[in-house]
Amino acid sequence: MSTQIEQEQTEEQTDAEAAEPAEQSPQERRLSEKKARAEAREREEQAREEVRDADETVRIKVFRYDPEVEGKEEPRFDDFQVPFFKGMTVLDALIYARDHYDSSLTFRHSCRQAVCGSDALFVNGQQRLGCKTQMADLDDPVRIEPLPHQDVVKDLVVDMEHFYEQMHAVEPYFQPDELPEGEREEQRQSPENREKVKMSTRCIWCGACMSSCNIAAGDNEYLGPAAINKAYRFAMDEREGEIQKEDRLEIIEQEHGVWRCQTQFSCTEVCPKDIPLTEHIQELKREAVKSNLKFW
Amino acid sequence: MHEHDVLVVGAGGAGLRAAIAAHEEGADVAMVTKLHPVRSHTGAAEGGINAALHPEDSWELHAYDTMKGSDYLGDAPAVETFAQDAPDEVIQLEHWGMPFSREEDGTVSQRPFGGLSHPRTTYAGAETGHHLLHTMYEQVVKRGITVYEEQQVLDLAVTDHDDVEDRECHGVVAYDIASGEIRGYRATDGVILATGGPGQVFDHTTNAVANTGDGYAMAYRAGVPLEDMEFVQFHPTTLPSTGVLISEGVRGEGGILYNDEEERFMFEYGYANNEGELASRDVVSRAELTEVNEGRGIEDEYVHLDMRHLGEERILDRLENILHLAEDFEGVDGLDEPMPVKPGQHYQMGGVECNENGQTCIDGLYAAGETACVSLHGANRLGGNALPELLVFGARAGKHAAGGDMKDAEIPTGPSAESEAGDLPDDIEIGAVDAGGESVAADGAAVDAETVVEAEVQRQQERVDRLLEEDGINHAQVRDDIQQTMTANVNVFRREDNLKEALDDIREARERYRHVAASDPSRTYNTDLMHTMETRNIIDIAEAITVGALAREEFRGAHWREQYQERRDDEWLKHTMLAWSDGNPELYYKPVLLEGEKEYEPKERSY
Ligand SMILES: Cc1cc2nc3c(=O)[nH]c(=O)nc-3n(C[C@H](O)[C@H](O)[C@H](O)COP(=O)(O)OP(=O)(O)OC[C@H]3O[C@@H](n4cnc5c(N)ncnc54)[C@H](O)[C@@H]3O)c2cc1C
Ligand code: SF4
Ligand code: FES
Repeated sequence: MSTQIEQEQTEEQTDAEAAEPAEQSPQERRLSEKKARAEAREREEQAREEVRDADETVRIKVFRYDPEVEGKEEPRFDDFQVPFFKGMTVLDALIYARDHYDSSLTFRHSCRQAVCGSDALFVNGQQRLGCKTQMADLDDPVRIEPLPHQDVVKDLVVDMEHFYEQMHAVEPYFQPDELPEGEREEQRQSPENREKVKMSTRCIWCGACMSSCNIAAGDNEYLGPAAINKAYRFAMDEREGEIQKEDRLEIIEQEHGVWRCQTQFSCTEVCPKDIPLTEHIQELKREAVKSNLKFW
Repeated sequence: MHEHDVLVVGAGGAGLRAAIAAHEEGADVAMVTKLHPVRSHTGAAEGGINAALHPEDSWELHAYDTMKGSDYLGDAPAVETFAQDAPDEVIQLEHWGMPFSREEDGTVSQRPFGGLSHPRTTYAGAETGHHLLHTMYEQVVKRGITVYEEQQVLDLAVTDHDDVEDRECHGVVAYDIASGEIRGYRATDGVILATGGPGQVFDHTTNAVANTGDGYAMAYRAGVPLEDMEFVQFHPTTLPSTGVLISEGVRGEGGILYNDEEERFMFEYGYANNEGELASRDVVSRAELTEVNEGRGIEDEYVHLDMRHLGEERILDRLENILHLAEDFEGVDGLDEPMPVKPGQHYQMGGVECNENGQTCIDGLYAAGETACVSLHGANRLGGNALPELLVFGARAGKHAAGGDMKDAEIPTGPSAESEAGDLPDDIEIGAVDAGGESVAADGAAVDAETVVEAEVQRQQERVDRLLEEDGINHAQVRDDIQQTMTANVNVFRREDNLKEALDDIREARERYRHVAASDPSRTYNTDLMHTMETRNIIDIAEAITVGALAREEFRGAHWREQYQERRDDEWLKHTMLAWSDGNPELYYKPVLLEGEKEYEPKERSY
């Protein structure tokens, strides 16, 4: 832990020395630098003290990689010792490490309440949301890596572009047969039908399922569980008519669609929103068969 | 440089709605957003969307409730426009496929919410915001609207005319998070700020980490006044450990608040003898803290919210999400035990001054959603009124920016709306200590739009290079200091000496901020740099909130002052306005408009 921090500081210094001072006078600049060094020492000292005084601490091993910075372009793991508190999540531990040891530690996060989907990570060998995973439930040391099978941008941040493309490929928007007549008239939906599609509407686009799927790993064009689930949400909505449903089934029936799924259930296992993904995929397969039979 | 007719900054509910409206008007519109749209904090909204849909309900009743809720500090033209447009917006969402909760007959359900005279809150389980956000993003995908995601907008490109009302906004400058590039975006018809709330100014908040109030700070530095910033809503039911919100829907469905002595204190101690738990949020938050302060809190910190008596079936049907939140973030099973709750920062009633069409006093600059203050919520927002706000005023801003045909607005904006100058105590010092990143580009009218944007790109490039290349202190401590002092001194209960102490601390934070730098030298996905730049915004907003709180010497809505325990209509039926004016914040007032199609006479608020 501490070696890693020292190493960081040397790097900064070289960089700063090379830089042209902008706007600040040399005296001011020296003052800033002095303050910065003092502050960094203070922060590190404070963290050490907290670790020393803590009743309990936990160790996280975090995957690091930055293509831009010398010494970091080779992937490696950094260890951080973090004071533990009741209710601490993986995200809390990462934030502590970032704010006390190494502010270059990079990960996405925002809502801290499992709705924004930005902090899906590979924690102790499984896809999970950092904010929703209690440290107490994990074996020490906790190993934190970016989602597998995605391109790593830096540290724990992966490129989501491909995931978004697959989501967009299924025409992810409501296309009802017709809108009701009359102003302010709703398109009625039976409570049963709402119940049927309910789970499928909960997806937060975190990408955990896609990352856990062996098929998706081997076939880059496979739509993947999240996108197929999105198609399910609309195909099963009674307000989209038969023709639209046929179109939807056609999309998910394509070569890299539902038939690729080998029912391994890994997506269902990791989905933080408990969406029965495999079941939805299976149901769409059955619908597809039914609709094909109809045309024979 | 990218060029579009209309640029929308932020892709939460307000931004998405604005973009769709501008697109429908035929404009080439693009969204520039710090987060991918579906990551926006609108997705966290739980409770619901108010709209007068029922035949027995009416827009007039909704307007009346909103005005009363605002403690008569809303402007009637805003309130009425809102109540009139909301039903169409909700039905529009329904037509776009939003999975609303339904009645047996298939129509959308409505439930009671605090401060409403009729059950008019439409909802989708306890995850209304998630569905609203995704439904609108789907429409954006359908229309093929351009989204520049993971672009952190750093400042606006605005001309530097002396008089703010002569200034024009020509675009924005953003930091491409993935590549570290600084990019210019030019808008020929308008820029709409929809960057959401500033919850990160406080330490205990329901808001996301990305909610650093960037839009408020950018507009403020460009010269647009911030309005009524002292009115910060503290939500009475947040989980003590994280600030995660337990929706008002729980109380709407019949959830009960108890103190340590298992008394139903809302009635027992007369905080709200009629409405009890469903009194408006400011009332309930103060009641809870009073219980804690008087020794009847649990572990001296919180109270209990109990929903067990509602029964498993009803809870699962309407509040299932709450069970997950209580379990995942507090380790409590809401079916079996009461949930611990305490007040937490939740919503900013004040914001970037604009009118019913979203226009600010700078030509070509609009604001919508939580960032904006059309003056709808006044001193206190009713639960379920923010989501319809971002639909109604997001749509109006988008339409107006795209050149849509609209009635002229009635709400005056800009320094010329000033009715009275304000003055602040001599012993406080506020404003710039050359903290970097000033806005207002170029040299006046003669300069063309592209040059204005390019000059701002240059300025931001220099700023970023400096932060990356120089050595300096880490921003995290500065941010933490602001959050701590705001929580300690500018919370639910406010005292003069505390407010002054906060201003001292903010001043110190400004001094320290001069020495910040990013210690990560990377140009790839540098979150250290992002957060450093956000911290600047947090400082400006913290100051605006505190100055407003010090100026307003009365007790109104969410704003409680120890020395002034009454609402003083004779003197304070006016908005507090703070204008940056190149680093020297100026305080002034403008009158509240209580007359629209109807007239609203201030009455005592009783619940
Ligand atoms: C937990 C919670 C529950 C709520 N429940 C309800 C409810 O039930 N009913 C109700 O009416 N209201 C509710 N509210 C309030 C309401 O949800 C918010 O006021 C509203 O969603 C804000 O929407 P917005 O579009 O203004 O901002 P947001 O949804 O926060 O979106 C902000 C957008 O701006 C972008 N952005 C920010 N800064 C920058 C920058 N510098 N550059 C580029 N982009 C930027 C972000 O990426 C994001 O896309 C709730 C709020 C919270 C926090
Ligand atoms: S289906 Fe589940 S795991 Fe997959 S993206 Fe959606 S929420 Fe994440
Ligand atoms: S931070 Fe939003 S899902 Fe975890």
